[in-house]
Amino acid sequence: MSELTDLYQEVILDHNRRPHNFRVIEGATTQEGYNPLCGDRLTLYVAIDGGVIKDVAFQGSGCAISKASASLMTDALKGKTAAEARALFDQFHAMITSDHAGPTADLGKLSVLAGVREFPARIKCASLAWHTMKAAVAHDSDAPVSTE
Amino acid sequence: MTTLASSAATFNVDKVRADFPILTERVHGKPLVYLDSANTSQKPESVLKAMDDYYRHANANIHRATHLLSERATALYEGSRAKAAAFLNAPDMRTIVLTKGTTDGINLVAQSYGRSTLKPGDEILLTWLEHHSNIVPWQLVAAQTGAVIKVVPINDAGELEQDQLSALLSERTKIMAVGHVSNALGTINPIKEMIAKAHAAGAVVLVDGAQAAPHLVIDVQALDCDFYVLSSHKMFGSTGTGVLYGRASLLEAMPPYQGGGDMIASVTFEQTLYNQVPYKFEAGTPNMAGVVGLGAAIDYLAGIDRDAALAHEDAVLEYATAQVREIPGTRIIGEARHKTGVLSFMLEGAHPHDAGTILDRQGVAVRTGQHCAQPVMDRFCIPATIRASLGIYNTREDIDALVRGLHKVRELFT
Ligand SMILES: Cc1ncc(COP(=O)(O)O)c(C=O)c1O
Repeated sequence: MSELTDLYQEVILDHNRRPHNFRVIEGATTQEGYNPLCGDRLTLYVAIDGGVIKDVAFQGSGCAISKASASLMTDALKGKTAAEARALFDQFHAMITSDHAGPTADLGKLSVLAGVREFPARIKCASLAWHTMKAAVAHDSDAPVSTE
Repeated sequence: MTTLASSAATFNVDKVRADFPILTERVHGKPLVYLDSANTSQKPESVLKAMDDYYRHANANIHRATHLLSERATALYEGSRAKAAAFLNAPDMRTIVLTKGTTDGINLVAQSYGRSTLKPGDEILLTWLEHHSNIVPWQLVAAQTGAVIKVVPINDAGELEQDQLSALLSERTKIMAVGHVSNALGTINPIKEMIAKAHAAGAVVLVDGAQAAPHLVIDVQALDCDFYVLSSHKMFGSTGTGVLYGRASLLEAMPPYQGGGDMIASVTFEQTLYNQVPYKFEAGTPNMAGVVGLGAAIDYLAGIDRDAALAHEDAVLEYATAQVREIPGTRIIGEARHKTGVLSFMLEGAHPHDAGTILDRQGVAVRTGQHCAQPVMDRFCIPATIRASLGIYNTREDIDALVRGLHKVRELFT
């Protein structure tokens, strides 16, 4: 059970129950994300002003991992530049996919999601919001982002 | 779900379980509880051995060489065809095309029969219960020919609306493609009556039997269907192998699906003469060991009392339904009067995907998600379900393990 409790830490369960920034931002850049494997869908709203993320929020339905990941991500992104957001994407991605449990960059509150790496089938759940964010920040596509 | 107490006596589930070596496997340190047979079933020792023996003692290309091994391989391959004909009560071996599986069989019929006969405005009738593999091939051929897709709706119990079927059938309906048993909900469709109605309207009928083959006795002549497709891997056989039954007159008139070796009688650059049915549809070197495994799976099923096995499975499904319903916050999706093999449900507060991970760590293998049936999920306005699906080897103890696992899920999520 220990890996399970690593995955479903209290923080994650809390973000699942009461996700942060779970709302619509009118007029913001909007990007859809979809994981066809489990039916997780989310819409991400990113308000960028002068290259800085002023506000970011999401809506959608998904599993606890994808919702908590989106919730934590939106908290982490506020005030970051687009370039910083992309760098954070890379660090987060490395954290949840690295096969050795050694320390990766200190990601603060985001590190509660490190347990996902023990659950290969769930990595896409944790990364859905992040892939969606990357597309929103690049703003180069209107097509929904898919984890497939 | 009728429980036939008398025949249940002739079915010994412990004996059946002993035939499936993987059932003694441990996963995450727990005994495996396999409740994902609708996804793919496990294989009895006899199937494993038949495939191994094939490679050790008979491997050679079929239909092509004069040496002894090729004779053995050809005899085994054609022997499986004969077994498949008997399994479906097909009138003769010419009506049995060996395929890669259900998906392959449906694509074959769509591209060969559908593409050569459909005209703009013709209608293909599907249902809301279909697996994606009985939807997408028809969308492809509709786009190629200008045909139009119509869909029979389902009611809240997950049963097809038979009045709507009658209303949707017309002289424009050229093909009806319908699942025998729904993989997402377990509904058994009244396909015999549906086929009669479709025929009265002049349509040709394909039945997707992927989920019926492991549970029900199939008789294509009694059903009077035009095409029936199934996958070996869902009926305790090999992967990458399946059967397409086709009415002989239709198969003979159909153009080839793929070109290659074995499907031809003679080839020159000016003109190629195709082989006769069913070989016309079997281009290239097939999955010979897989076909041998299919034959062994059919033999395995022939060796058990199918009515008794079904009565056993129905009793386990009934038990599972009652047990899962007792857990607070569960909602069963699909409560058709006639069901087999599948219990799909939701658990309040826990997304199916999270439940699947937690169950897995207790050793309980279920499928969570849309089950390749997104329209069914959309119909019930749900993103996904937890699906426990049964094979002949499942027991009440398996269900008890599922229920214990679900209580663990509730501890974390409610
Ligand atoms: C009802 C139904 N039809 C078709 C398929 C496709 O079968 P296969 O993947 O073996 O081709 C499946 C299984 O996934 C199924 O359950």
